[in-house]
Amino acid sequence: MSTHSPVVLSQLRQRIETIENIGARARSVLPFGVPEIDAKLPKGGLTIGALHEIAGGANGAVDGSAAISFAAGIAARTGGNVLWCYTQPDLFAPALANSGLTEDRVVFFEVRDESAILGACEEALRHGGLTAVVGELAGLSRVASQRLNAAAEVTGTMALAVRRWRRHVDARDFGHPTAAFTRWRITELNSSPLPVRGVGRSRWQVELMRCRGGDSADFEVEACDADGRLSLGHHEAADMSSGGWERRAAS
Amino acid sequence: MPRVLSLYFPFWATDRLRRAMGEAAPSRDVPLALKGQSGNRRLITAVDDLALHVGARIGMPVAKAESLFGDMVLLDADVSADAFALEKVAIWALRQYSPLVAVDAPDGLILDITGAAHLYGGEAGLVADVVRRLSDLGITARAALADSWGAAYALARFGAQPQSIVAPGQTADALLPLPVEALRLPSDMIPDLRLLGLDTIGELAGKPRPPLTRSFGPLLFRRIDQAFGRLNEPIEPVESPELIVVERVFAEPIGAPETMQKYTQRLVDMMCERLEENGLGVRRLDLHFVRVDNRIETIFVGTAKPVRDAKRLGRLLTDKIETVDPGFGIDRMKLIAASVEPVGFKQMATAYAEPARPDVEDLWDTLSNRYGAGCLYRAVSVATDIPERAVRRLPPTAVEVGSRRNAGYRRPQRLYRRPEPIETLAALPDHPPKAFTWRRERFRVVCADGPERVLEEWWRTDKEIGKVRDYFILEVESGERFWVFRAGDGQHASTGGLNWFLHGKFD
Repeated sequence: MSTHSPVVLSQLRQRIETIENIGARARSVLPFGVPEIDAKLPKGGLTIGALHEIAGGANGAVDGSAAISFAAGIAARTGGNVLWCYTQPDLFAPALANSGLTEDRVVFFEVRDESAILGACEEALRHGGLTAVVGELAGLSRVASQRLNAAAEVTGTMALAVRRWRRHVDARDFGHPTAAFTRWRITELNSSPLPVRGVGRSRWQVELMRCRGGDSADFEVEACDADGRLSLGHHEAADMSSGGWERRAAS
Repeated sequence: MPRVLSLYFPFWATDRLRRAMGEAAPSRDVPLALKGQSGNRRLITAVDDLALHVGARIGMPVAKAESLFGDMVLLDADVSADAFALEKVAIWALRQYSPLVAVDAPDGLILDITGAAHLYGGEAGLVADVVRRLSDLGITARAALADSWGAAYALARFGAQPQSIVAPGQTADALLPLPVEALRLPSDMIPDLRLLGLDTIGELAGKPRPPLTRSFGPLLFRRIDQAFGRLNEPIEPVESPELIVVERVFAEPIGAPETMQKYTQRLVDMMCERLEENGLGVRRLDLHFVRVDNRIETIFVGTAKPVRDAKRLGRLLTDKIETVDPGFGIDRMKLIAASVEPVGFKQMATAYAEPARPDVEDLWDTLSNRYGAGCLYRAVSVATDIPERAVRRLPPTAVEVGSRRNAGYRRPQRLYRRPEPIETLAALPDHPPKAFTWRRERFRVVCADGPERVLEEWWRTDKEIGKVRDYFILEVESGERFWVFRAGDGQHASTGGLNWFLHGKFD
C-alpha cells in the first residue's frame, strides 16, 4: 500500500482541486493549441485568472481591428459568456463570430468614458459568472491594471485589455509597465497567396512583448478560425521562405 | 436642480364620471355638465370640452344652464369620488414613472421625475408616454415639465401648448408672460392684483416687495419665489396601502454615508422578509430620504426580473447612495416596493451537484443601474444586406437568436459609422481599385476580393430605390485589409454616383 500512496495522493489532490473549482480555475491556463506558442508560455498557455494586454501594431494601434480579433479568439475559447466593453462606436459585432465569439455568448457595454469601462470590467470580473471580460482601453495605469488583475484572480475570469489609442503618438503608452501577465502586439501581414484571385486567410505577426515567468517571442500566424484557433500554416510555411521572397521581389 | 412634471386634467370630473359609468355613460357627442350644491345655490361644478365649447361655464346657476342648453346632460357631482380616483391615478403614476408623486388637488398631479426620465428615452419621451397612456384611459391631460412645482403648475394650466418642456434653467423666461392666476394664490387676491394693473407674473415679480407684502401678506412673494425655484417646496408623496413600505425614523438626524448605507441594508433586510411572506419579488425599489428641511431625496433601482435577495438589492441601492445630498441631516428613511411581481421558490443546487457558474443576471442589473440601461446590449443579427442595419440591440437578458443570413461572409471588425470617401484608380465596371487614397495616405492594392453586390432596401426610403453598392475586400502592401464599396453598379448612372467609399477594416 505504501508504494501506491504517492499515486493515490496525487489523485486525491486532483479531486480536491476539481471540488475547489475556483482556485484551480484561476491558476490553470488556456493553451492556444499551437505548440510553438504554448512552449513559450509558462505552464503552456495563458493564465486564466489574470490580465492580458493586447494592442495592434502599425496602424492597428489606432484601429485595433486585428487586436480585437485576437482577443475575440481567446475569449471564445474560454467557453462561457463574455462581456465586451468599448468606447469608440465602430465595433462591428457580427465580425466577432468569424473569430469564434458568437453573438449568443457576448454582451456589449458601450459608454463614453474609460473610467466607466474600468469600473464595469472590475465589477464583471469580481462577479465570476463570465469566463472572459474584454475592455477596449486607451489608458491603463499601473493601479488600474493591478485592480483588474486582482479581480480576475479572485474568480478565475480572464481579463483582456485591448489597448487602442486615438493617435499614433499615444501608442508610446504601451511601453509603460502594468500588472498584466502577458503583453501582445498584433500586426497585420499580407495573407498567403491563393491559387485563385482573392484575399486569403488573414496573417498576423504576433509579438509576445512581455510575459511574466517567460521570454518574449514572436510568431507569424494565420488569424483565428471560426473556433477561435490560430494556426502557423505549416504546409505553406515550408515554402514560405522562398515564395515570400519571390513575391516581395516581384512587387 | 429638480425636474418637476405637472399634470393637469382640465375635464377631470366629467372624464372620471364617464369612465366610472362605462357603457351607461352619456355619449361623447352630447355636452355633459355636473351640478352641485354651494350653500343654498345649485351651481354647475364641472363641464366637459363640448359643454365648454357651447358656452357652459363652471359656477353658472343650474337653472340658467338648463334653460340655455336644452340638450346638455346634467348629472350630480361626486367630489369625494373624484378625489379618491385622483389618488388612484397618482398611485398608478408612482408605480409607473417616478418615486415622488403627489396629488395636486382637485384636478392634477405633481411628479418629481429627477433622474427618472432616461428610462423613457429622455424627458420628451416620458411626457409623451404619460399623456398617451392617460388619453388611452379617456382622461384629457395637459403636461408641463419645469424646474419647480410652481412653474410646472403654471405652465400646465396657462401655457400655450398642451405639452411643454422647459429646459433646465430656462424656467424664469417661460413664467414671465403667464397671468397672475397661475401662481396658486387664493382666488380673492386675484381681482385686487388686477385692480392694481398687475396682470402677468413678470409685472408682479418686477415690483418692489415691501408695499405689496404689507397689503397682500407674505404668501404672494413666497409663491413667486417657489415658482422661480428660489424657495424649496417639498412634495409630500402619495402613499398607497397596497405597496409594501418599511420605514425607519431616527431620533438624531443622520448624514454620514456609512450610516446611510448601514440603515439601507437593514431596511432592505426587513423588506425582503415582507416580500417573502407575500411570495413576491421586487422589480423597482424606491428609497426616500426625508431630510430635516422636509425635502425628500430619492434613489431607486430597477431589476430585469423580480428579485428578493437582500444582499443583491442592498448592493444595488448602496451603489447609488453617493448621489444623495443629506443636507443638514436625514431624519427618516423609507423603502417602498414600487413594483412587485410574484416569484416562486427555487430548488437550490446541492453540494453533490456539479458546481455551476453563478447566474449573470444580477451583474446586468448592477451595471445597468450604475451606468444606465441603454449601455448594455446583446447584438443580434438582422436579416439584411446593408451592414449598418445588420445589428439590433436587445437587452442582455433577451433570448432571441439572430438571423444566420450573413453568417458565412467575411465581415470587417471595424465598421465606420459614415463611409469615408476615397479616391481610387479602378477600371469599370467590376474591377477592384489598383490603388486608393484614404485620409491623405496612398495605398497600393496587392490583392482583392469582390465585388459583393448589395441592393439597397427600396422599401425603406425613396432615396434607396434602385441603388446598388459593390463591396470589395482590398489587401494593401503593408498587409492591412480594407472593406470598400462603390456606389452604383458601374454601368447605370441611376444605380449610384460611382463614388468610392471606405466602410470598414478587417483584422
